[in-house]
Amino acid sequence: MNTNLNVSNSEYDELISKKAQKSPIAKNIFFAFVIGGLICMLGQFILNQMLNLGVDQEKAATITSISLIFIGAFLTSINLYSRIGRVAGAGSTIPITGFSNSVVAPAIEFKSEGYILGLGANMFKVAGPVLVFGITSSAILGLIYYIFNFIF
Amino acid sequence: MKIGKQTFKIESKPCIYATSSIVGPKEMQGPLSNYFDIHINDIFFGEKTFEKSETKMLESCINNLFAKTGITEHDVDVILSGDLLNQCISSGFAIRSFDTPFLGLYGACSTFCEGLLISSLLHETNCVNQVVNAASSHFCSAERQFRMPLEHGNQKSPTAQATVTASGAALVTKRSIADNGIHITHVTPGKIIDLGVTDMSNMGAAMAPAAFSTISNHLTDTGRDINYYDAIITGDLGIHGSDMLVELFKREGIDISTKHKDCGVLIYDEQNQDVNCGGSGCGCIASVFSGYFFNELKAKNLNKILLVATGALMSPLSSSQGESIPGIAHAIAIENEV
Repeated sequence: MNTNLNVSNSEYDELISKKAQKSPIAKNIFFAFVIGGLICMLGQFILNQMLNLGVDQEKAATITSISLIFIGAFLTSINLYSRIGRVAGAGSTIPITGFSNSVVAPAIEFKSEGYILGLGANMFKVAGPVLVFGITSSAILGLIYYIFNFIF
Repeated sequence: MKIGKQTFKIESKPCIYATSSIVGPKEMQGPLSNYFDIHINDIFFGEKTFEKSETKMLESCINNLFAKTGITEHDVDVILSGDLLNQCISSGFAIRSFDTPFLGLYGACSTFCEGLLISSLLHETNCVNQVVNAASSHFCSAERQFRMPLEHGNQKSPTAQATVTASGAALVTKRSIADNGIHITHVTPGKIIDLGVTDMSNMGAAMAPAAFSTISNHLTDTGRDINYYDAIITGDLGIHGSDMLVELFKREGIDISTKHKDCGVLIYDEQNQDVNCGGSGCGCIASVFSGYFFNELKAKNLNKILLVATGALMSPLSSSQGESIPGIAHAIAIENEV
């Protein structure tokens, strides 16, 4: 490259890491823990209430998941989940509410390109990889479990 | 006339006769709010999509330029405009409504200076009388093209920058047609410089070496030193990119920190506006120059400036293929001459 720069790529890379502001890891972890924990507590609260009402364990768990998915989707639609995410990071991405957010956010955004080629085609743009690798890895794990049970 | 390695001396000295700027709600909360001509409160600008909103913004910006100067679309020889969207749709659709020849440009965030540069060279051929040069960007339309969906709850890197929602336009005239003393005297098109930065959240650092290269070549070619200029204004290096530029000059024994200003840093209040390292986008330097710096030139608070728009020439595709970010910067010397 013809340039008057007296700095190599690796030197420049070092310079960047020296000068660039680092992510506030301790703060991020703290908020991820607190907000992620609160979301899980909310889930536990819904589950306990259902069990108290006499719903059986499996149905109660399903109702909990559905409720959290609804809350995630609702907060996304009123422009709140993205704000929570700015602070909570992984704390609001990892729980099922985050999964809901990652489906609803592109659905809202790509509605402008129509329901089929916009919303339909792009809805799983963010969540797609999670589904692909989530389902694949659980299938592989299931297979290992099956073989393990078969042998022993 | 070409002087040195990559600078053109513009002997015809075309005049930047008037400018027009329009910004979005967030930019109006920033420190430069008083300098912009028009602001929009609604990020959709009454339209159904962000792309239409950006189109309307750019169109309004050019219409405002016509209203300010009293000229019509028929008085303009050509409109040069560009933006960040694929196939430059904001510009194409905005200028569709004008009965004027159009040249679409893509130089990422360097587009505004690329336009001024080509306008100057057109004037140098003596073929044109009045040229409009515009650029625009929109936070929401850029965000959806380059990053994650708007409502997605994610954390931004501290070195990330926010795309500015703004358009800027300048009318470049032949001096015999209209003259206010603000002239383009030299232009330096930049070379593509890539020092291997791959982080899309750190465009400032990716573009700083290009700004360094263009500025230092401009100074060498013109035989000027840094003190010749009242201000050296970069487009959107942001806080971190500006640091890197100052550092690169420091290694050469030159201190530009007192002369250097960056539009991406100036447009927002970094403490209170949640923008991390500042603003970016074609509209950043376009609106800040058209709003703030042009005003300073007219008021003679600044008399000699070097306007250096920086661009990152990557796409989400090239970045996901692991390519680094090629940077570019074009410099325009603008001087007050009586």
